[in-house]
Amino acid sequence: MNAEAFAKKTGFKTVCIPSPDKEVEGVYIGDLLSWVMGKAEQGNVWITIMSNINTVAVATLADTSCILLAEGVMPDENALEAAKTKGVNILSTPLSAYEAAMKISELLR
Amino acid sequence: MSDNLVFRFDVQGNDFTSAGQASVQVKKNLRQLGLDADTIRRVSIAMYEGEINMVIHAGGGVAEVIVSEDYIEIILEDRGPGIKDIDQAMQAGYSTATETIRSLGFGAGMGLPNMKKNTDSMEITSTIDVGTRIVMRVML
Ligand SMILES: Nc1ncnc2c1ncn2[C@@H]1O[C@H](COP(=O)(O)OP(=O)(O)O)[C@@H](O)[C@H]1O
Ligand SMILES: [Mg+2]
Repeated sequence: MNAEAFAKKTGFKTVCIPSPDKEVEGVYIGDLLSWVMGKAEQGNVWITIMSNINTVAVATLADTSCILLAEGVMPDENALEAAKTKGVNILSTPLSAYEAAMKISELLR
Repeated sequence: MSDNLVFRFDVQGNDFTSAGQASVQVKKNLRQLGLDADTIRRVSIAMYEGEINMVIHAGGGVAEVIVSEDYIEIILEDRGPGIKDIDQAMQAGYSTATETIRSLGFGAGMGLPNMKKNTDSMEITSTIDVGTRIVMRVML
């Protein structure tokens, strides 16, 4: 499933989706950037509450399919701008990371 | 023998807005060269962690990436405070990062371990009050 279809099916709010064709596979949850760098796999939905510009760089380098901001978090201006130019998809949901992961798990099963 | 390709970047210290920019650029360059995804990913991760360390721990530095026929070499050089105990710094979870830096998501103490894990060789030379030089290689 690509990122665009994923956003539609989950109903997560699309903050920006400059790379709609990225394949979505699996989930990684974490807020510490080096853990994400070391552990997230290509195509993962990365669920986090970290919304600063550095998450955009990490998503680019770790090849995640999208950043999913949990708990209703929204990116700051810098982060959003960088995401658009670097082709990083950002979604947002009022759900907790746990609830969001449950929802994704049902969909990707 | 074919010429090596060299990319060179100045990394600004304590600039958290542009932190990681050099690594993102390198990734783009390596993609254009048509290298395989796994190699690009390993280089990107190792370089990012080294770049961030220069930003948060060393007041900036210089990053160089050399693409040769057999390997990609990443050289990171700074004139920061140096690392007192390299074995300790290499331990997963060890970090001297401040609370402010941690609040940005850095300082998990996993940077140097990630660099080691994603490269085929890694050599750290560091002198207190002089600086740190790290040379990593990913074989092609
Ligand atoms: N370039 C550097 N200059 C000075 N100290 C460094 C440098 N790189 C790493 N260190 C030291 O090594 C520690 C561990 O680094 P690392 O594993 O990347 O974790 P973190 O950056 O999350 O603290 C740092 O907290 C710091 O004390
Ligand atoms: Mg580090």
